[in-house]
This record gives sequence, structure tokens and C-alpha cells, in this order.
Amino acid sequence: MSDITKQSLTELVKNIKDKKLSSTEVAKAFIDRSEKSKELNAYITEDFTSALDKAKKFDQKPNLDLKLPGIPMAVKDLFCTKDVKTTAGSKILNNFVPTYESTVTDNIWREGAILLGKLNCDEFAMGSSNETSFFGNVQNPIDKDLVPGGSSGGSASAVAGQLTPITIGTDTGGSIRQPASFTGTVGLKPTYGSCSRYGIVAFASSLDQAGPMSQNVKDCALLQEVISSYDPKDSTSIDFKRNQYSKELTNNIKGKKIGIPKEYRVDGMPKEIEDLWQKGIEYVKDCGAETIDISLPHTSYALPAYYIVAPAEASSNLARYDGVKYGFRAKGENLIDMYEKTRSEGFGTEVQRRIMIGTYVLSSGYYDAYYLKAQKVRKLIKNDFDEAYKKVDAILTPSTPSSAFKIGEKTNDPVSMYLNDIFTVPVNLAGLPGISIPAGYDSKGYPLGLQIIGKAFDEQSILNIAFAMEEKINFRNKITDWWIK
Amino acid sequence: MSKKNLEYLINRKDNQYEVVIGLEVHAQVLSESKLFSDSATKFGADPNTQVSLVDAAFPGMLPVINEFCVKQAIKTGIGLNAKINKRSVFDRKNYFYADLPQGYQISQFKDPIVGEGKVILDMPDGQKEVGIERLHLEQDAGKSIHDLDPQNTFVDLNRSGVALMEIVSKPDLRSPDEVSAYIKKLRSIMRYLGTCDGNMQEGSLRADVNVSVRAKGSKEFGTRCEIKNVNSIKFMQMAIEYEANRQVDLIEEGKSIDQETRLFDTKKNETRSMRSKEDAHDYRYFPDPDLLPLEVSDEFVKELKNNIPEMPDDKKKRFIDEFKLSPYEATILVSDIDTAKYFEEVVFKMGKNKDMKLAVNWITGELFAVLNNKNLEISQSPVSAKNLAILVNLIKNGTISGKIAKTVFELMLDGDKDPQKIVEEKGLKQQSDPKAIEALIDKIINDNREKAIEYKQGKEKLFGFFVGQAMKASGGKANPQLINEILKKKLQ
Repeated sequence: MSDITKQSLTELVKNIKDKKLSSTEVAKAFIDRSEKSKELNAYITEDFTSALDKAKKFDQKPNLDLKLPGIPMAVKDLFCTKDVKTTAGSKILNNFVPTYESTVTDNIWREGAILLGKLNCDEFAMGSSNETSFFGNVQNPIDKDLVPGGSSGGSASAVAGQLTPITIGTDTGGSIRQPASFTGTVGLKPTYGSCSRYGIVAFASSLDQAGPMSQNVKDCALLQEVISSYDPKDSTSIDFKRNQYSKELTNNIKGKKIGIPKEYRVDGMPKEIEDLWQKGIEYVKDCGAETIDISLPHTSYALPAYYIVAPAEASSNLARYDGVKYGFRAKGENLIDMYEKTRSEGFGTEVQRRIMIGTYVLSSGYYDAYYLKAQKVRKLIKNDFDEAYKKVDAILTPSTPSSAFKIGEKTNDPVSMYLNDIFTVPVNLAGLPGISIPAGYDSKGYPLGLQIIGKAFDEQSILNIAFAMEEKINFRNKITDWWIK
Repeated sequence: MSKKNLEYLINRKDNQYEVVIGLEVHAQVLSESKLFSDSATKFGADPNTQVSLVDAAFPGMLPVINEFCVKQAIKTGIGLNAKINKRSVFDRKNYFYADLPQGYQISQFKDPIVGEGKVILDMPDGQKEVGIERLHLEQDAGKSIHDLDPQNTFVDLNRSGVALMEIVSKPDLRSPDEVSAYIKKLRSIMRYLGTCDGNMQEGSLRADVNVSVRAKGSKEFGTRCEIKNVNSIKFMQMAIEYEANRQVDLIEEGKSIDQETRLFDTKKNETRSMRSKEDAHDYRYFPDPDLLPLEVSDEFVKELKNNIPEMPDDKKKRFIDEFKLSPYEATILVSDIDTAKYFEEVVFKMGKNKDMKLAVNWITGELFAVLNNKNLEISQSPVSAKNLAILVNLIKNGTISGKIAKTVFELMLDGDKDPQKIVEEKGLKQQSDPKAIEALIDKIINDNREKAIEYKQGKEKLFGFFVGQAMKASGGKANPQLINEILKKKLQ
């Protein structure tokens, strides 16, 4: 069977279950394509030999009842994988090999999937362009020298470039949805507490969520079904009834009420984005849903609040990388000197910037003015959504204020970089689920995404809406394989 | 005794100073596993053998609260007559140190699990109430070992993440003796509850001591200094004496006291400045986002309350009422849960016809002396409560004399032997047959005719000689009272 790598996850699962494809064939195809795609720099660590061994083993005794039977899959290098190097895109963890497995990846392997390798990302998931990775830029398969977005840039690039049939990323302020939008792929950030954070290198604990990134909505639903689980090892994991998202997936969204928040019409938003949003409104209406204008009055405070809360938590979460126990250690004259050198040399500029912001906002005398205030804003943002959800079932917005930009274009302008997250951040602050689906192109032919935000724990509704819209939009990613010589 | 005489004051020329002390006691929660991980907490294990990925702060590891430790803290709060907060919050206290793997300690800052309470101290001049400000749960740090290598510091993480209760008193203590009584009382309460073993040698109980001084009669507090991490009552007392005198000297010299953190040097018996207020850490406390606020229901607290054992103050009252002990005796017997348990078991085993005074005397006399000599806890007593009860009963019913009992007790020490058997095997049973004793005495008088005459002529001292001879002849077994009675009759 040719063009294995062009198949969706759902097709691959079906073909393996129907014994039309073996796990080994599928693994080989993705490994071959990954080998040819080094220029994308999507991988930090390849685990191809081991993946082939596992595929062969699977084929010898295939368990076809599993949800991901023998499916090879690369994952973001923020998930700890047993015996496979896990770097979080940082020099400070350059030599770190966990002895344990994250709950999310464990759930995936238990359903029969096979690890292909670890995908590039912004250092400690801090970035919107994958340019902060110690392991270098990732190329967007859409066009040369285009960023894939971030922080799950390697994941987005690998799915769009068909180096892996599907993947997982993590999303703290938009790190799944923004790169999905930039690469013409689907990315879901689940409700906070849906997927366990156990074994995921922490960035901002109260915002971090793992989620699927895929070619289409159905694949996304299937992977969400696998990775979402209640986990007693994560105190913020929530024990709620989880749907069989892929089985319950329907394009019937008749009568659903979709909110259109006026505050997302931000100053200076390109007309292309405005038009795309308008088209999205037409699509949902075509599907039989009703759109309602709503207001989320505190939206403009979300980004500043986020850039206080996230760095504050990060500054504390990253304190453990001190050269004492594992990871990179610089030589020092004494303990303090060792700390300073290790952390100065081990962390990149963006990470250091956020640690300093975080340390500052938590300092005595500033705590109330920054951190406490930001937490209050967060509550107000949550209340905005609660209020809106009395009237609507879901909310439709653009995913990002622009399409993908060129590598290096924004590296010296952190604020303009941070603005990338303007539509995604409120969702994290409120702990809600949000999905980005490809919905069109800008004038350069770069993909643009629309975001559907749901009620807490109601991933099913936004998957259904996305599924229905996907049919109408009929988006085709324009991948030319420019990087394959 | 008037209260005035017992007041602890520091005298200088014309001035008298009062010492004000507040304690922050760190008590290790008695628990098989740590506060946020399932690692063991055994004392004295090989370095780094009781460390989980969570304790060593590996990437992606998350804390999960140990419910047992929460129960222990609440029980302690109940024992301190304190308010139990149904909602408490774990915060991160951020600072860098080699034995603090996370780079922060998980503690409770703004919302502790236990609020205000009080404990009652029995002082020689009466009872004294000491206020409790709060009790909160927190993680212990690991241990840095600096003396194993000239260049390197070694880190042992066995203690990292072990649950501690920090019990903060109000500044209600006024003397080293009150501090001693307070620590002993806390220890007693926690040992009754089984929430802390109170073992100071193993570091299960240690304290930061806040000391300030003020002119006698003044209502204002002076500037305080905090003496960090003192691990014995004796050292606390020494540190307070030194520190209070140091502060008084400064005031007398017209100098001011700097608010600072000090260390107590146990070898030189002095406190030394560690860091000033200006150098104090900014711990950047904030709620730990890995943990939800800790919420406990009324039922949860009620259930724990219902299962609180009889506490020392109540037990003391009962011992006085029920067993007619003196307050002094009762205080000694209830001060430690194991002593109280031992005593109550002796009482139970003595059965109906018991001699409470005798039992108390044997426990606080002979038994305590042995334990002291052998440096044993009462829980390790070589003589069981059951056998001590038998021994006391043997004295009470006249089977053996108090003197013989001491011999029997010595023999019991080796393998907790049954005193009844010892008495039988060694033939130590008291000779209480008047005819046999009479015969014995007749023989002695016969053998010592001259002395008997001398006695009758007025040399009364010789009575003791005859008692001694009779005892000797009976192998020490003759009932001394009978010997006395019969001798008196025969020598008339």
C-alpha cells in the first residue's frame, strides 16, 4: 500500500485491524519519511530502531482490540518517557533520561501505540515559534523558514509534514492550538484536569494541559479518548465521566448555540482573520447551529494576567533545575557559584526572562500588586465564560491574530511574540477546553485556524462542532514536500 | 509558695528584666510514609534509601497529600484544644539549597490546618496557660553532610519530604523552666495521640526559640531574636539564659537589640548571629498550584475527635479521683503515655484487693531507678506490668516482706521472671507461722543468755541484735512484725 504516511490515524487503525497493513510497514513508512525530513528539525531524539523492534513484536502477536494497534507515534519532548532522553528543549536537561513514564504517554502505549521519538519544542514550552529550543528552529512544512508556532512546534511540524500520524503536545497558553493553526492541523487543549500532568515537565502547573494534535477531528477525538484519564498521581486531575469521544462523534450540531465574543475583534487584527471568522460563522450556521453575539468583558486583561501567573509558577517550577541532582551542571567555586553558572549556561534567554519576571512578581511588596491581582483577573475571566455559557453551548473565535511568521521575525520583540497567544490564553486561565481547526488560508497561502471553546468537561460538543465544520470547510493542507530532496 | 519567688527575672544593679519567649516547635509527624510521597520514614536508614522521584524533585513529579498525615495534624490540633480549619492551603516557600530538591518547601503560610489553641502547664506554683497561635503541616528538607569530603558536600534525601507539624506558641512563656514544661507537655500530648514520637535525639522534636526581654512590669515587647533549630530542652534553656542576658547587657549599655536570626553553639554555650533582618530571605510564598486547597468535612473532624484517647489532663484528674493518688503522684504517672499505660495495667492486674500506694511507690521508686540506670524507656521495661502487679500483691498479702521483695525484684530483672515462681523456687516465702518463729526465738535467747539478761537490765539497744539473729536464722524470711511481737514478749 503506497502513501501510508498520507493516511489519517483512523485509516491506519482500520487498515491494521483489517490486516491490510502491519505495524512494521506503518512504522517503516513514517521512519523513512522522518529520515528524509531532517531539515524540518522536528525531532530532538529519534527512537527508530527501538520503534521497529516494537512494531515487529506487535506484528508477531497483534492485539487488534486496542485503540491504537501498532501505531507509531512521536511525542513532544516535554513528556517523560522511560529510558528515552527527555530534554524539554533545554540544555539543562540535555542528558536527562527518565526512569519513569508520564501517565499520558503510558495511556498511549497501553493502547498499542509505539514511540517513534521525541519532538522539538520551545525550551520548557516557553515560546510561540519554537525558536527558544536549545535544539534549534523547527521548520514549518508549509513553507521554508516559516515558524511552525510554539511551543509544540515540533509536534505540529511532524503531523503536518506526515512524520507521525498523530501526536501530543502541551498547551499552557496556546501551545497546541497556535502551532496547529500555523500548520493547518487540528489541536485540542482539553479541560484542565482532563489529562494527567504526571510525568510532564512542568511549565505553569495551574495552566498546563496535554492534548492531541492531528490531521483531522476524528483522529483528535480518538487520541483524546486514549489520553484523558483520572490519575490519583496528579492532585489536580479530575474524576469525571469521560466520553468515548470518537464513537460519540457526530456532525449533527443542529440547534447548538455558538457565541461570538465581540472582545475578540482586537485592534489591528488583519482583515484576513476577520474574514475567516466571518466565514466560520457562516459555516456553523450552514450546519444548523445558531450564533449569538456575546461579551467576555475582561478579555483584554487575560494576556497581562497570563504573563504574570505563568512566569510566577514557572520561576518556582524551574527551581529544581539547579545542577545538584540531574541534568547539566556547570563547575563552580562553591554552591551559589555552581547554581549561578549552571542556570545561566543551562537556561536560554526566554526561560531566564520568564524566571526573572516570575521571581519579581512573587517578591514581597509586589505579590499583591501583581500575582494576587492577576489571580483576581483570572477569576473575572472565568466568570465571564460562566456567564456566557448560560446562553451558549460553545464559543467561536479565531485561533491566532495572524498566520505563521518567518523565523527570526519576532525574536527580538517578546511582546509582539506574546501577542500570538491573545485568543488562546483566556481559555487556559479559565481551565476550559478549546480546539483549533484549519479553516482557510491567508493571501500567502498560509493556513489559518478557528478556535472553538467549550464548557468545562464538554470536549464532546466542541469536537462535534469542529467535526461538522471540518466537513463544510473541506480544508486541504498545501504541503509540497519542499524539504525533501 | 508565693508566685513572686518563682518569677524568673534578670537582675542588673537597680533594674529587673522579664524574659518573653515564644516557640516554633517542629514535630515530625508519626507516619510510615512522607507528606506527599509514599517513601518510608524510618530513622537511621542508609543515606538516600528512602527517596522517591517526588522527594528528589524529578521533572514532572507531583505531590499527592498523605491523608494519614492530615489526620495526625488534626488530632494534634484537637489535643491542643485548637480550632481546626476546614479549609487550609499549601504554599511554596521558595529558596535554593542543596538539600532542598524542589527549590521550594511545601508549607502552609496564610491558611494553616490548625488555628488558635492552648495547653496547660503544671508549674510548682500552680497551673499556667500557654496560647497556641497555629499548627501547620510542612515538608522537612534533606540533610547536607559537609564533613565527609574536603571538597564536596554530600546530600542525604531520606528526610526530604517527611511531614512536620510546626506548632507556633504565643509569646506566653517567661522562663527556661516554663519552656521545659511546655516542651514536655507538647511531647506528652503528641505521644498520647500517637502523632509524634517526641524523640529529641533523633530530631523528631526541635524548636526555633524566640527570645526578647523587657523591664519588669512593662507591657511592650522588646525586639526579639530567633534562635534556630535547638534540639534539646537543656540546650533551649541554656540558649535562653545566654540570649536573655546578652540582650539585657546590651540594654544596660544603652545599645539597641537587632532583630536577627541566631544560632546556639552548644560547645561554647553562646548564641551567634546568623543573619540580620535585612538579610532575611524573600521566600516568595504562593499557593502551590500542584495541590488543591485542603478541605476537610465536619464529619471527618468529628470522627477523629470521637477517637481521641484520654488526654493527660483528664487522666490525671481521674487518677486523683479514682485511685486517690496525690496530684504529685498523678502528674508523674500521666506525664508519659507509656508510664500511664504501665501503671494502669499494674492496677488492673492487681485485681480487687490492691494497694495503690504500694504500686505507685514501686513504679516511681524501684522501677524508675532501674530504667534510669539502664537508660531504658518504660516501654522497654525488663519487668512487665503483670509481674510487677504480682510482686506488689505478694507484699500486700504478706507472702514476702518489702525487703525480700527487693531481692525478688532483682531476680525478676533477668528475663521478666514471675515473682511467684522466684519466691517458691528460692524458698523466699515469708515465715509467718507464730509457733515456728517462737521456736526459733526461743533457741536464740537460749544461745545468747547473757545478752538477754543485759537487755532485761536495761541495755535496750540489744533488741536489734535479737531481731537480726532471728532474721538471719530464718534466712531473712521471717515476718519482721511477728519477730518484733514475739521477741518483745519473750524478753520481758
